Amino acid sequence: MTEATVDWQSLVLMAQSCSGFTDMLKLDRVLRKYYGTEPPEGLSSKPITLAMLGSASVEHLLAGLRVGALKRGLWLSTYTPAYGQYLQELFSPDSSLHTFKPNTTLFAFDVFHLFGIAMGISPEAQLEAACDKIRNAWHLAHKNFGGHIIQQTVVPQFPPLIGNNEHRLPGSLYWLTHRVNERLRSMADEEGVDLLAIDGRIMIDGLSNWFNPILWHMAKQDISPAVSPIYGDLAAHLIAARQGRSYKCLVLDLDNTLWGGVIGDDGLEGIVLGQGNAQGEAYLAMQRYVKALSERGVILAVCSKNDEANALLPFEQHPEMILKRSDIACFIANWQDKATNLREIAHQLNIGLDSLVFVDDSLYERNLVRRELSMVAVPELPESPSQYPYFIAEQGYFEALNITPEDRERSKQYQANLKREALKLSITNMDDYLRSLEMELRWQVFHRTDLQRVVQLINKTNQFNLTTRRYGEDEVLALMTDPQSLTLQLRLIDRFGDNGIIGIVIGRSIGNGDMMIDTWLMSCRVLGRTVEQATLNLVVSEARCLGIQRLIGEYRPTDKNSMVREHYSNLGFIPMETAREDGRTQWTLLLGDFQAYNTFIAVKDTTDER
Amino acid sequence: MNDDEVLKELTEIFHQIFDDDTIVLSRQTTAHDIAEWDSFNHINIIIAIEIRFKIKFQIAEIESLRNIGDAIDLIQKKYKAS
Repeated sequence: MTEATVDWQSLVLMAQSCSGFTDMLKLDRVLRKYYGTEPPEGLSSKPITLAMLGSASVEHLLAGLRVGALKRGLWLSTYTPAYGQYLQELFSPDSSLHTFKPNTTLFAFDVFHLFGIAMGISPEAQLEAACDKIRNAWHLAHKNFGGHIIQQTVVPQFPPLIGNNEHRLPGSLYWLTHRVNERLRSMADEEGVDLLAIDGRIMIDGLSNWFNPILWHMAKQDISPAVSPIYGDLAAHLIAARQGRSYKCLVLDLDNTLWGGVIGDDGLEGIVLGQGNAQGEAYLAMQRYVKALSERGVILAVCSKNDEANALLPFEQHPEMILKRSDIACFIANWQDKATNLREIAHQLNIGLDSLVFVDDSLYERNLVRRELSMVAVPELPESPSQYPYFIAEQGYFEALNITPEDRERSKQYQANLKREALKLSITNMDDYLRSLEMELRWQVFHRTDLQRVVQLINKTNQFNLTTRRYGEDEVLALMTDPQSLTLQLRLIDRFGDNGIIGIVIGRSIGNGDMMIDTWLMSCRVLGRTVEQATLNLVVSEARCLGIQRLIGEYRPTDKNSMVREHYSNLGFIPMETAREDGRTQWTLLLGDFQAYNTFIAVKDTTDER
Repeated sequence: MNDDEVLKELTEIFHQIFDDDTIVLSRQTTAHDIAEWDSFNHINIIIAIEIRFKIKFQIAEIESLRNIGDAIDLIQKKYKAS
């Protein structure tokens, strides 16, 4: 490491390969040295300012949070009040907490803080009092800072008093802890709070790894520093998910990953898969897990070194296969290197390489992909296939905060895309092809029901994104109530199905009859279908309704959005001024002269349909 | 594990925790000799030792440590027993 500077991307890679407690502490020091107060320039994700508000000592968890975020490419700075001061700081507008003004607030309460002094009242009343205390803290954070609120579940540090049937002693602290954690689930959903469910993780790791009574007595640490890297990872998974930055696609090797043996050598009868054989059952369990992931919205792809016919054979003919060919959105089996094939998969599915998780039992292939494509997540698989599902789940790649209807449909959407491609090949004339798609662009102003998807697109879209401005849920909500703003969400339907919300435009009136196009982004999977032109037609007609005479478009270059450099020029905008030093360009379109473009898309207003 | 081997492991732990490869430890080193060795980092050091040597300390043991020499002796005793 040079003394001068460490670039952000190398730090991210170091974090991803960092394992263990002291490695994490060291990396955190390097991180703070170079990026302690300011995020790196050109960071494509929204910087996170996280306040950790705990009843016990929590300072020792901050390094894990920062490094956990770094692993996911997120810059996170932290603040925590002095021990025992969280409530005072929440209340007091002059406090350092208010100066820090977090966009993410993480609450962590220990069992004694919630139940310690409530002796003499009924267990039910104690539970209610604890829930009120928690809810009040959320409301204060929401009122003062808005943003993302996270509640850590309570560590069950108090031992049971009667044992297996502890529920027959409802006032025991052990049982109250269990019940408040249960209540937190429904409360969090009602209040729009996300849970950091360490109680679930403690079930897997064992309480003694998470809670050390010696540290509680010495330093009031409710969670051991030894697990602070895990704690940070868990939090980072959900912060990344909130930014729409979870991974989208699981790319699977076949031989010795989905079944035992090599289909090309061992043949259909020779591969190990199915009941009656422990190894065969392990591969079945892996397939069952993968299938369940796909049913909740993770896209599946296959990347195998095989003759395609051999690779397809088990999918078509093996009676025990749980995964079917139709579950796989993109199936690539050939003899090219896997980095090339992963690029092809990302290309065919129209998603970023940084959305791929590559699972392969071969160390050689994993290392090759790591070297060639550092943005692809490549888990270091455990030796036994029995462990694969648990290991993949633990990495939190596909963390989701809500399952939207779109998630459940996703696999179908990508299947439909492949059908579109097939049709394209059979029709030689592009216009005929576009006409045959029978496209309909259904639009409306931002709607609360779709808020999550809108926020996801705003934070995740890199390529077709003119300005790459990232907004959180609160900022989007504020835009929705601003009469000077135009907020459009666009859904594209065609004969093969619903593509979901594929476009977002945000316009802001800035006076003198001008409207600034603050944000224009689209999902790359609908490119080349005249959606841009149809969208512009729509923006113009909506802007006219607001009395706008001129649109101002802006292009702000990033590492990833060069594909839209000429977007406004292609749509007939006039350059407004010479390019600035940072490469930013501005463009204008006079609405008086504008003639609507011919497209192959019917545009339909669905604003009043809900 | 002899004194030198334990000292070498401890030095590595200190280098990582403080991100400072210039730290030199001896049996006489105490918390006063290293600027950032406060109570917060003290616990991190204890935890790092527990993880590195796969041992667990008791409260009385932690409280009895006066310098690196004490730590080396305690680690050797517990490491042997484990």
